Amino acid sequence: MFAAFLQYLFSGLTSGAIYALAGLGFAIIYNASHVINFAQGEFIMIGGMASATLVAAGVPMPLAIVLALLISMAVGVALEKFAIEPARNADVVTIIIITIGASIFLRGATQIILDKEFHSLPAFSGETPIGVMGATLMPQSLWVFAVAAVMIVGLWWFFNRTMFGKAMLATSHNRLAAQLVGVGVKKVLLASFALSALLGAVGGVVVTPITFTNYEAGIMLGLKGFSAAVLGGLGNGGGAIIGGLIVGIVEALASGYLSSAYKDAIAFVIILFVLFFMPNGLFGKRGTDRV
Amino acid sequence: MALLAIVVAAAPIGFTNSYFYDVGVNAMFNAIVCVGLNLLIGYAGQISLGHAGFFALGAYGSALLTTMYNVPPIGALTISALVVGLLAFVVGRPILKLKGHYLAMATLGIGIIIHIVLKTESKFTGGPDGMSLDNFKMLGFTVMGDRMWYWVAGVLLILAVWLALNLIDSPVGRALRAVHGSEVGAEVVGVDTSSYKVLVFVVSAVFASVVGSLFAHKNGFITPDIGSFFGSVHLVTMVVLGGMASVFGAVVGAVILTLLPQVLASVEQYEAMILGVIMMGTMIFMPKGLLPSLLAKLKSREAGR
Repeated sequence: MFAAFLQYLFSGLTSGAIYALAGLGFAIIYNASHVINFAQGEFIMIGGMASATLVAAGVPMPLAIVLALLISMAVGVALEKFAIEPARNADVVTIIIITIGASIFLRGATQIILDKEFHSLPAFSGETPIGVMGATLMPQSLWVFAVAAVMIVGLWWFFNRTMFGKAMLATSHNRLAAQLVGVGVKKVLLASFALSALLGAVGGVVVTPITFTNYEAGIMLGLKGFSAAVLGGLGNGGGAIIGGLIVGIVEALASGYLSSAYKDAIAFVIILFVLFFMPNGLFGKRGTDRV
Repeated sequence: MALLAIVVAAAPIGFTNSYFYDVGVNAMFNAIVCVGLNLLIGYAGQISLGHAGFFALGAYGSALLTTMYNVPPIGALTISALVVGLLAFVVGRPILKLKGHYLAMATLGIGIIIHIVLKTESKFTGGPDGMSLDNFKMLGFTVMGDRMWYWVAGVLLILAVWLALNLIDSPVGRALRAVHGSEVGAEVVGVDTSSYKVLVFVVSAVFASVVGSLFAHKNGFITPDIGSFFGSVHLVTMVVLGGMASVFGAVVGAVILTLLPQVLASVEQYEAMILGVIMMGTMIFMPKGLLPSLLAKLKSREAGR
């Protein structure tokens, strides 16, 4: 009974950690530019696909992973430079369509450059399950938790302790004021896309040994990441992390105790429910309208 | 308006076989949904990423009622539309309080939930395998074949455009545009913003549901994937690409995005990439959408003369 619960909890935490990283990616771009990047899931997919393909081609795994992260960041920067920046003054819906167009484009490109098959990576440290009070935990799940935690601590350090990170925070609070005190807002925008792409790709790489990946894998992961970011309150980094973990755990418990067919639906039901009562997510700032 | 009627009537001259009619009908069906959706997105300024769900509910409503309960098609269409309208009303109240991306999230969630329910409740819906249904019969008259459907869809499209244009020019339309301009501002001058938003949400959902019912009868076979997230994204893209806050823009966008995959079918492999580039390119260079941007260009050229 308890063992089963623990088992669901482990699997929920594993996917929750990935959602949290994706959610953070949404939050970072949203803070820097007020854009919701619907191509966020594609970064996860590119990270997984590129590393898997490189490893299959004989590149040693650590090098393949670094290359995959760099490719993903390059895609993120290109997306900002060629698609978002030229349309900076457009409507919210217009920019949403641009990022959706970008995600369709990236999926199409992956499908041609790589292929349509499912790929996997070997687990980082073997596949011997670890027994924990009757439940089993794959070593790769521990990698997912650890890497996610390292990323989160790294981000905290970056935003609170480095000059450039503080500049990015300043831009998110008040773009004009930041510009006036000498922050290079354009550089901040580019950095935010590179950082989100990195977060997504890291998530994609560590989760690929567990879930496999193909050119369409980014769609649902991206939507879950968006859910995590909205649930926690848009633009709130801590909120996105908690939102991601909630979505992951709820989903795993629902598929375990209710029905696996409805696991995706239940995550969205919870989000709707939260939004009904807290229109700005769990930890979102109350928005005010200027008339 | 007259131009639209002429185009609809004259287009078949170039149609050499029933395939053209088939694509034409689909384009006009999409156009009708987009005219409704455009009221919500373009005029009231509220996004919905879940309208394919309402479309699918209309389709499945008709399929279930006609095959399992022997309800005549027109009755099934009406009942489905009423149920969808009621659903939109019930969820619309709390949802439309949300703003911007939160609203996008909520409507997206509703669309996905509907899609998953249709896919899972295979006892009723046949699950992912889909279900089939009969021709549309009314007063002893059967609508069948792509040609006949073309004319039915054409008439309905013109009717929908006429309705939309009238709605926009009415006090309701002015109130909606006020909501788009500034919600607080509209409230201050005495517009009951939430009622208007819910009203237009319901109207657009009913448009989608009615077209969904017709689509089901025309195709004779439906699968849950008509209600997928991509269906919704596709619809929103049509509206935005064609031109928000322009009834004819929505029609143009729907026609272009329905034809595009047919044209691109010859370069199958690259279809997704090209579609993506077109979506990004249009929005970057014409952020107001195709039709309004082109009209503005024409106007400025004339002024320059």
